[in-house]
Amino acid sequence: MLTTDQSKTLIHISGMDIELERRGKGQPLLLLYGEEGLEPEAPFIDELAKDFEVFIPSPPGFGNSERPDWLRSLDDIAYIYLDLIEKLALKNVPVVGFSLGGWLAAEIATKDDSFISKLVLVDAYGIKVGGPYDRDIADFWCLHPSEVLKLKWHDTEKGKRDFPSMPEEKLTIVARNVESLARFCWEPFMHNPMLKGRLHRIKVPTRVIWGEQDGIVKPAYGKAYADAIPGAMFQSIPNAGHFPQLEQPEAFMTALREFLR
Amino acid sequence: MKAWHFTEMPYPHLPPMEELPSMRVTIPSKLYDPKIGADLYNRYLDEHLLADELGLNIMLNEHHQTTTCLDAAAPLMAAILARQTKNARICILGNPIANRGDPIRIAEEMAVIDNISRGRLDVGIVRGVPYEIFAANTNPTHTLERLWEGVDLIQKAWTTHDGPFNFEGRFTHRRMVNVWPRPYQSPHPMIWITGSSDYDNIRKVASRGFVFATFLQPHDKVKLMFDAYRSTMADHGLPGGGGVAFMPLVYTAETEEEAEKGATQLLWYMNTKTPPQFRNPPGYVGVDVNVKALQGAYTGRTDAVRAKGMDYLREQGVLMYGNPDSVAKQVKRYYDLVGGFDHLLMMQQAGHLDHKSVVSSMTLFAKEVYPQIKDLPGTKMPKVKAVA
Repeated sequence: MLTTDQSKTLIHISGMDIELERRGKGQPLLLLYGEEGLEPEAPFIDELAKDFEVFIPSPPGFGNSERPDWLRSLDDIAYIYLDLIEKLALKNVPVVGFSLGGWLAAEIATKDDSFISKLVLVDAYGIKVGGPYDRDIADFWCLHPSEVLKLKWHDTEKGKRDFPSMPEEKLTIVARNVESLARFCWEPFMHNPMLKGRLHRIKVPTRVIWGEQDGIVKPAYGKAYADAIPGAMFQSIPNAGHFPQLEQPEAFMTALREFLR
Repeated sequence: MKAWHFTEMPYPHLPPMEELPSMRVTIPSKLYDPKIGADLYNRYLDEHLLADELGLNIMLNEHHQTTTCLDAAAPLMAAILARQTKNARICILGNPIANRGDPIRIAEEMAVIDNISRGRLDVGIVRGVPYEIFAANTNPTHTLERLWEGVDLIQKAWTTHDGPFNFEGRFTHRRMVNVWPRPYQSPHPMIWITGSSDYDNIRKVASRGFVFATFLQPHDKVKLMFDAYRSTMADHGLPGGGGVAFMPLVYTAETEEEAEKGATQLLWYMNTKTPPQFRNPPGYVGVDVNVKALQGAYTGRTDAVRAKGMDYLREQGVLMYGNPDSVAKQVKRYYDLVGGFDHLLMMQQAGHLDHKSVVSSMTLFAKEVYPQIKDLPGTKMPKVKAVA
């Protein structure tokens, strides 16, 4: 149920309809959710909405946002988001990105970080660290689903989802998100070869938060990410996999509040 | 009706299925013995040469990183057979264009083979099956769009005879496209496209006058597919489309008992093993289909078909076997059930089915079944209502 503090609308921007949810009251905060779209339903957002007006856009092809054929990469989507930020006249806002959303946040910040007060990347994809034979990012499309579950979650019980009992509308979004992730991230796999060389352009205070047991992108990858952004600090959350905000919401919120204070 | 001999050229000499996590994508090549493999390649080519002698046509295909198919490059087999056969038509069904990447290279290879065979080539162009998306690392979310862009470009390259053109499409950019040689056939070899229940795609195939082919599907589903093809021909007022093709597993023997033995061996093909993550790459099928998959609509479906056994597959028309009169009857029954078709693509070899048995089945089919079905008429324009 949408309360008076919650609203979901479609905004026409860059020639396409982009879904935007706004939740809570206070200073604006831009939240970029991950490829599975799990964050908008998680309790930690309600916590966040006590202090901030949380802006939650859905990237093209995710949620109910349109996906024109000409879009090919996160690099393209970053420009759509810059248009959106301009339209919403967001200034001096914290930006928090999870997983795919973390990658998108990094893409945006390398192009223009003038509207960002602080940047938070959580278990983000987006860069290539090792050589051609190194698997920086677990190839989750080629692993058995049960194996992917183990790599993503410290407590695999938390990662199990009962799809058959979900309404069709919800499943349509799940299926769209999976398809769009492949559309934009199939090759190069979950990264932009140019991004690492652009990260030095990020001048705003940055915190890289990581689940200590993330098996998809390991903490060493997060540290390399932080190393490439001037002044960025790395912080890990124990007993959490790829989603510290979902597995350890209290520890995550403590870390986030401390940084955004 | 035209009959075509086909084998996917399997390498069946594998450890027991229980010990094997997968027959595709990840299976280590230490399990391939080159001495056995070399014999198999030559044996399967010999069977195609026999098809030519018997008056049958030849169908080839290619797949990647799978023990079900040693033919990892169909144009190579087609090139050998173009030179070594005399009369058979040779159909590659097909060139997996979304995986191959460069349509112009396909246009060139096909034109060369068409010349060597003096116009006996049919060119299938397909999007590629799900599991080989991984071997090719092609983006799974737009293989169909990629297929059609490639088909258009190949057709244009084959039929442009006044010098080069440039092409800047969604998936391919080429400059100075100027295919030498031009194809032997004019305007170009017949194009075949495969498909299943995507009726929009079938209509597109029909409206272009290409052949539509489908494999190992029950007659009730195929009737709907072929109806979509025929109705589109009527809508477009084409003088005659390329026609429609169907592939069953086929084994012909002197007696029902012998035929059943051979048919049992062919079922090897229906019992392949692929891990779940390679069966449905993200976005390979549409969101609506994936919603049904999430709801569990397809869980256990393959096992359920397997459990129903041979009689069921025979009734569905997926498996045809028996003595020559019985096989002819089964082909005619299927023909009637689906409203007619033009090409019978026969998988007459699969799994461990040995050379002697295959030769015997092929020979009996060619001599005693083919004459009974050869004159079945092909796809005709449905009667169009007179306009008042």
